[in-house]
Amino acid sequence: HRCDWLHAILSSVPQLTNSPTLIVMVGLPARGKTYISKKLSRYLNWIGVPTKVFNLGQYRREAVQSYKNFEFFRPDNEEAMQIRRACATNALKDVVIYFSKDHGQVAVFDATNTTRERRISIVSFSKEKGYKVFFVESICDDPDIIAQNITEVKVSSPDYVNCDKDEAQADFLKRIECYKQSYVPLDDEKDRHLSYIKIFNVGSRYLVNRVQDHIQSRIVYYLMNIHVTPRSIFLSRHGESELNLLGRIGGDSGLSPRGHKYATALGGFIKGQHIKDLKVWTSHMKRTIQTAEHLGIPYEQWKALNEIDAGVCEELTYEDIQENHPEEFALRDQDKYRYRYPNGESYEDLVHRLEPVIMELERQENVLVVCHQAVMRCLLAYLLDKTSDELPYLKCPLHTVLKLTPVAYGCRVEHICLNIEAVNTHRERPGNVDVTRDPEEALKTIPEHF
Amino acid sequence: MWIFRKCLFLPIILVSPFSLPCAVCMTNCPTLIVTVGLPARGKTYISKKLTRYLNWIGVPTREFNVGQYRRECLKIYKSFEFFRPDNEEGLKIRQQCASAALNDVRQYLADGGQVAVFDATNTTRERRETITVFAEQNGFKVFFVESVCEDPEVIAENIVQVKLGSPDYTNCNTEEAMEDFKKRIKCYENSYETLDEVLDRHLSYIKIMDVGRRYLVNQVQDHIQSRIVYYLMNIHITPRSIYLCRHGESDLNVKGCIGGDSGLSPRGKEFAKYLRQFIQSQEISDLKVWTSQMKRTIQTAEAVSVPYEQWKALNEIDAGVCEEMMYEEIQQHYPLEFAMRDQDKYRYRYPKGESYEDLVQRLEPVIMELERQENVLVICHQAVMRCLLAYFLDKTAEELPYLKCPLHTVLKLTPVAYGCKVESIYLNVDAVNTHRERPENVEVSRMAEEALLTVPAHQ
Repeated sequence: HRCDWLHAILSSVPQLTNSPTLIVMVGLPARGKTYISKKLSRYLNWIGVPTKVFNLGQYRREAVQSYKNFEFFRPDNEEAMQIRRACATNALKDVVIYFSKDHGQVAVFDATNTTRERRISIVSFSKEKGYKVFFVESICDDPDIIAQNITEVKVSSPDYVNCDKDEAQADFLKRIECYKQSYVPLDDEKDRHLSYIKIFNVGSRYLVNRVQDHIQSRIVYYLMNIHVTPRSIFLSRHGESELNLLGRIGGDSGLSPRGHKYATALGGFIKGQHIKDLKVWTSHMKRTIQTAEHLGIPYEQWKALNEIDAGVCEELTYEDIQENHPEEFALRDQDKYRYRYPNGESYEDLVHRLEPVIMELERQENVLVVCHQAVMRCLLAYLLDKTSDELPYLKCPLHTVLKLTPVAYGCRVEHICLNIEAVNTHRERPGNVDVTRDPEEALKTIPEHF
Repeated sequence: MWIFRKCLFLPIILVSPFSLPCAVCMTNCPTLIVTVGLPARGKTYISKKLTRYLNWIGVPTREFNVGQYRRECLKIYKSFEFFRPDNEEGLKIRQQCASAALNDVRQYLADGGQVAVFDATNTTRERRETITVFAEQNGFKVFFVESVCEDPEVIAENIVQVKLGSPDYTNCNTEEAMEDFKKRIKCYENSYETLDEVLDRHLSYIKIMDVGRRYLVNQVQDHIQSRIVYYLMNIHITPRSIYLCRHGESDLNVKGCIGGDSGLSPRGKEFAKYLRQFIQSQEISDLKVWTSQMKRTIQTAEAVSVPYEQWKALNEIDAGVCEEMMYEEIQQHYPLEFAMRDQDKYRYRYPKGESYEDLVQRLEPVIMELERQENVLVICHQAVMRCLLAYFLDKTAEELPYLKCPLHTVLKLTPVAYGCKVESIYLNVDAVNTHRERPENVEVSRMAEEALLTVPAHQ
């Protein structure tokens, strides 16, 4: 029951939408469509909605092999038009496969889709297949933002691998001009029956039309909370705790002497970073609060940041768990993401309760989150786009700060080890996960403790 | 959806009230929500609903309806002529009323209020400018909520539902009232300046068009505004009913034990059958059925024989160390905890468990989805049902933990006018009573008998 797929899906997305959703991006080049597509896809996958991005530019690069210059995109280039149309058809074919064979739930069609004609054909295609359609249009007329986009992601694109920065920039601007003539934005009147969100100037204004269902409502909420202001997110666990030293999981113990040392060092590190307006978040558990106390900065406590509840296994060592609950121990190793401790939680449950934290992290700028191993794995998986298989095994050692800085389409990660000794609390998946295994096989990967 | 506490001011965690946007915003900025729109566009409906929601999630909110101030000032409403734009005297009075209301807003927000909803037409740019200045002077953030609707049917329906019954029209018949109100609307139409994309681009607002088909959202400043926008975009006015009931009587219920994950007793199974009949008799179109992930709600839904969805968020309150204990056992093993719970049942958190306050946080996504849905049957648990009911019926945090939610009784909630009609349907299958009233003596020094005085009978 605990590892039941169906209930797993239901618990994360209450609306059992049998219709897949096709999200269709709309906008001139360098308006953030791919940025939004990737971010949205990362978010949806993390909350348990299988999502995939279909980037038309990639299909074109595969079809054309080597990009010469902007002339390919001239509206009077018949040959190119044919190729581009064929790419769109292929991409949509892959969308069909993704939905029908690969159990996809949401597909993001990342292309300019700037003409009404193109959009109409996508809508008919979707109707025919029984997909819901939701348009996301990004409109931006701020030349600084556009120039910044081009620098961040276009200049380093495979298209411009043999050009210098200025050549690339100039060519790309000409490319944008090719689309401008035929660009017809979503229209208040003519497109009033479509479901869409129009994002103006990176989020200062939004127009939302005909949200059909739960997932579209969540998508709108997410899109309205993200921003592109530069900032960094710092993730750290609490300092080493008394129970950590004993190799016990969970509980609510205080810091060990080394843990206190770390907290002090963390305070020093934070000061040295000279971060503007840093927000500090902790859980409601002693060890994160004690850690934050050393920082000398105001902090906020979130119950949602509490460590995973290990239920009947709270405060046990792995050896205890093997002795008293050997079957549970094995089941957990078989599916660590979905496994729920009796009277406790699963990683999947954790993701669900961390969703508001992620939403608020998106809204904020510089934040330091002082949390716990399982919690940090979940947050990291979201920020670094890790799968649910990888998530429960992400390495989040004690006494190490991760500094995440959004850059281009992803996140740059810096690991800063503050050089204070601590026990290792990371248990790798053992070779044998069968319920019939011997205790030694189960306990093979347990880290050392007192 | 979550709790956080300001550790700056209250280092002790246990029983402090929390303030959601305050903690996030960290600047203690109260928010002034200002409605905008012609009469009969749903401004008061939105104001009241939003106020109810914000209070339920723990943000102290109050609405200030200028129409009420006008009624107190004028005493007797004669006709639409009062609202004529050339009625100098009328204008003076209306201005005074708006000022009086803003004064009360200032008082409320200074006295611990977090959000004030200023419910009036506010249809001219000039009036909105005055309010913005007032807010700036007092350090309040402003967020406008404009409702635009040109659908004559919707407007007529609004007038019927809430205007005809207004104190203004107690002495008129339906037709007279309708006629007068339409003329009233006309008085505002000429001077109506809708929020403009260009002229008002520096203001923070949401423009709701055609009862939610379309929204324009501009310059959302902070967390609470983002939540308000999300909420407003999820509510609708399509007629529907929400059915709330608990699982059938469980084996642990019979023993007088709290929590746990037991199955249905024979009477509980009986109830489930009757529930099925009841649901069928209601002939509800497209009914969604939700349960928790605990056996007793699932078994109940199984007997109803309709597809259902399980929500972990609907699980009963976690009683931590007191799980599966009878009240007598709790008194015996944890007399101090037992007393503290009686002192503040809403905020009290069982050791290693949850509080009602925690429950409200985890139920927020359920409420949000209930708002999006139409006909829904929620099969849940006593504490959970109390929280949901408190939301729909606008009950305070003090009342919430003592709301009566007996077994084997379905509550049918139907939104009507500005509130909810409740029908209580007892399905005639006996069950234990699980409702424990607050005893007289809540002191930690009390005797065991005093603590156990209100415990309901069980096996």
